[in-house]
Amino acid sequence: MRNLLGEFIVELRAAGLPVSMSEHVDAARALTAIDISDRDMVKACLAATLVKNGDHMPVFSTAFDVYFSNRHASGADLGEMNEESSNADETKGDDPNATGMRGSGRSRGMGGGGGSSMSAEELAEMLFKAMQSNDLNSMRSGAREAVDRYAGMEPGRPVGGTYYLYRTLRNLDLDTLMDRLIAAGTKADADGLEERLVKDEAKAKVEALKAAIEAEIRERLVDDRGAEALGKSVRKPLPEDIDVMHANRDEMAQLERALKPLSRKLATRLARRRRKRRRGPIDLRSTVRRSLSTGGVPIDLRFKPPHPAKPEIVVIADISGSVASFARFTLHMVHAISSQFSKVRSFVFVDGLDEVTHLFEESDDPAEAVARINSEADVIAFDGHSDYGRALLVFHEKYASTINKRTAVLILGDARNNYHQAHAEVLADLKFRARNVYWLNPEPTSYWNSGDSVIREYAPYCDKVVECRSLRQLEAFVGDLA
Amino acid sequence: MSSIDPRQELADRLGLAEVPPARFENVAEVIERLRQNDYLSDEAIASVTFLADRLAKPVLVEGPAGTGKTALAKAVADAVGARLIRLQCYEGLDESKALYEWNYRKQLLRIQAGRSESSAEDWSALEEDIFAEEFLLTRPLLEAISATEPVVLLIDEIDRVELETEALLLEILSEYQVSIPELGTVKAKQIPMVFLTSNNTRELSEALKRRCLYLYVGYPDVERERDIIISRVPGISTALAEQIARVVRSLRNLDLKKAPSVSETLDWARTLVLLGREEIGEADAVATLHILLKYQADLEKATKELVGRGKALA
Repeated sequence: MRNLLGEFIVELRAAGLPVSMSEHVDAARALTAIDISDRDMVKACLAATLVKNGDHMPVFSTAFDVYFSNRHASGADLGEMNEESSNADETKGDDPNATGMRGSGRSRGMGGGGGSSMSAEELAEMLFKAMQSNDLNSMRSGAREAVDRYAGMEPGRPVGGTYYLYRTLRNLDLDTLMDRLIAAGTKADADGLEERLVKDEAKAKVEALKAAIEAEIRERLVDDRGAEALGKSVRKPLPEDIDVMHANRDEMAQLERALKPLSRKLATRLARRRRKRRRGPIDLRSTVRRSLSTGGVPIDLRFKPPHPAKPEIVVIADISGSVASFARFTLHMVHAISSQFSKVRSFVFVDGLDEVTHLFEESDDPAEAVARINSEADVIAFDGHSDYGRALLVFHEKYASTINKRTAVLILGDARNNYHQAHAEVLADLKFRARNVYWLNPEPTSYWNSGDSVIREYAPYCDKVVECRSLRQLEAFVGDLA
Repeated sequence: MSSIDPRQELADRLGLAEVPPARFENVAEVIERLRQNDYLSDEAIASVTFLADRLAKPVLVEGPAGTGKTALAKAVADAVGARLIRLQCYEGLDESKALYEWNYRKQLLRIQAGRSESSAEDWSALEEDIFAEEFLLTRPLLEAISATEPVVLLIDEIDRVELETEALLLEILSEYQVSIPELGTVKAKQIPMVFLTSNNTRELSEALKRRCLYLYVGYPDVERERDIIISRVPGISTALAEQIARVVRSLRNLDLKKAPSVSETLDWARTLVLLGREEIGEADAVATLHILLKYQADLEKATKELVGRGKALA
C-alpha cells in the first residue's frame, strides 16, 4: 500500500498538483485510521489529505481511478471491493471470476462483439430500464456489456481511451436512448416546466452512463498496460495550465468555467493590495479616539485609507482565427477586473479595426459581451487575414490622441502579419505617448519570428513582450498590470 | 509498520493526562449522529469529519455560499455535545481580536494603585504581576485552546482575512497552542475539533492548507437535496420536495451569475408550503423564482429557459 501511495503521489505531482511531503505523511497516516478495503473511504481519505483545491478534484479522480482501479493488480490490498462487480457479472451469466471476465471481455472486444450473450436491442433495452429505474448496478453492467460489444479494444495500444469511448458511444446511439427516456418520463398533461425537468433528468442520466462507460474503459486499460503507463496518457492538465491556442472543445469549456472564478479572485486580491499598499494621511479623529485607551497619549497612529491612482488600459486584440480564443479570454479578464482601472477601452482587429468598449459597457457580464464581439465588431476590411500594420495605422490615426502618460497599451496577438508591412514606427509613436506598451503573445517563445511572425520588429517599442499561453500566465500578467 | 495513533501523539505533546476518547466509531456513526441533528451529510463529508477526529487535524471546508459549510460545524458541535466557539473573519481582523489582548485599562489601574508604595525593587514584581492571566482578555482562538470542556472551533470565512493574518492561525492549527511572549505558551487542555470555512474568494496560503484536511462541499445531488428539504421544512410532501429539487438542479445547470444555494432552496420550499401548493405549476414557478435567483438577468434567463417562450412576468 505504501508503495502504491508513493507512485500515486508521483502521478499527482506530474499532473501539476502541489503535493507536499507533509501531505504525503498525512495521507499515509490517514490510511492507517480507516478500513482500507472500502474503496470510497480510501478515496475520500486521500482526497482530504492530498488535494487542497476544489478545481483539482477532477484530475485527482482520474488519477485515483487509474491507480486504485477496481480490478487493479494490487487489488489484494484493497480487499473485497470486487464483490459488487463480480455479483453483477454473475447476473449477466459471465464468469464470476474477475480475471476470467477480463480475458473474455478483451477477446470478445476484438472479435467485434460476436460472442456476446445479448443482441444490440436487448442491450439498449437493458440500459434504458436501468436508467429509467436509476439502478446503478445494472447500468454499470450495461456499460461493461457495451464496451465489450463496441469498443473493439486492442491490447497494448498506447492510447488514453478517448477513441474507444467515441466508438462505444457512437454505436450505442445515446440520442435515441435519451428521447426514449424523455418520452417515458413525460406525463400527458405536462406543462413546459415539467417537460424541461424531464429533459434535464434524462440528460443527467445519459451523462452518468457516459461516465460509467469511460470508467469501464479506463479500468480495462489499466489491466492492459498498468497504472503508470496509463496515468501518463490520461493525464489532463489543470485548467489554468491548458494551452489556450491548442485547447480542444472540452478544454475550452473547462477554460470558460475557470475564467470567472479566476477573474473574481484576481479582482479581490488587487482591491486588497490597493488598499494595503500605501498608507494615506493620518486620520486625526480616529487617532484621538484610540488614544483614550492609553490615557490620551497617541501611541497608536491611525491612517486614512489610500487613494492611489488607477491606470488606464487600452487593449488592442487580434481576433483572427487561431488567436481568437486567447483574445476573448484576455478581454474577458481585463473587463472583469475593470473596477481596478480608471478606464478600459478595447479594440479588436483582423485587417480592419473596431472599438468594442460599448459592448462591455452595455452588459454587466463580460462573457456575454465577448460573445457579441464576433457578430457585431466590424473588423474585416479586405481579405480577412490579420494585418497588424494596417490595424496599428488605423488605431493611430483615430485614437492616438486619447493615449496619455497614464495609459497602458496592451496588444494581444501572435504578430503573424501574413507578410504585410509591419509599420513598427506607429508603435514607436504609441510608446512615446503611453505610459507602457505591452505585447502578449500566445505562441511559445520558440516559434516567435518564424515564418510570418514579425514580433522582433515590434519588440523594441514594447516595454515587455510576454509569452502568455495559459490562464495562469495571463492572470499573473494582468495582476502585475493593475 | 507500528501504527502511531495521532491522538495519542498529540496528547503526549500537549501533556494531557489521558488521551481523550475518539468522538466517532466509524463513518456510519458520523452520518447517523449528524442526521439526528438535522444535518444530512454524504459519504465525503462524513469521511472527512471522521478523519478530522481520528487524526486530530483541522478541516478546511470550501465551496459555494449557502451549501451548509457553517451548518456542518454547528451540527458536529451538537452531535458531540461540545460548545461551539466561533471566530467570524473579516478584513482587518488582527491578533487582538482573534487571539488575545492585554487589558490596558486594568493594567493601568493596577500600576496607579501600586504607585504609592512604589520603589525600585517593586518594579519587577509589578511587571510580573500585570502580565498575568488576570489581565489577559481571551479572544475566540485562545478561548478554544484554554477551554477545559470539549469545544468545536469554527473559523468562519477565513478567505476574508489578509494573507498575513492567516499566519496567526498556523500555530493553533498545527500545535494546538498559543504563544504569548509575556506569559509563555498556552497549550490546549483537550483536543478541539476545528473547522475553517472559505467561500474561495481568494487562494489561501499553502502553509494553511497543508495543515488542514480539505473538504469541498458542492451542491447536493437531487436525492440528497430532496432529503434535506424534507428534513428542514416541516409539513412538506415528498412529491413537492422532489419537484423542488429537480427544478433547482435544472437551474444550476443553466449558466447563471449566481446559482441557487441550498439555503435559498429551503426558503423557496417554505414559501411554497406557506402558499399551500402541492406541486409547482409554471405560474407558481415564475411568481416565486425571485426567492431562488437574486439577479434580474438570471431571473429573465431562467424564466425563458424553464417555462419556455414568451411568457412574461405577471
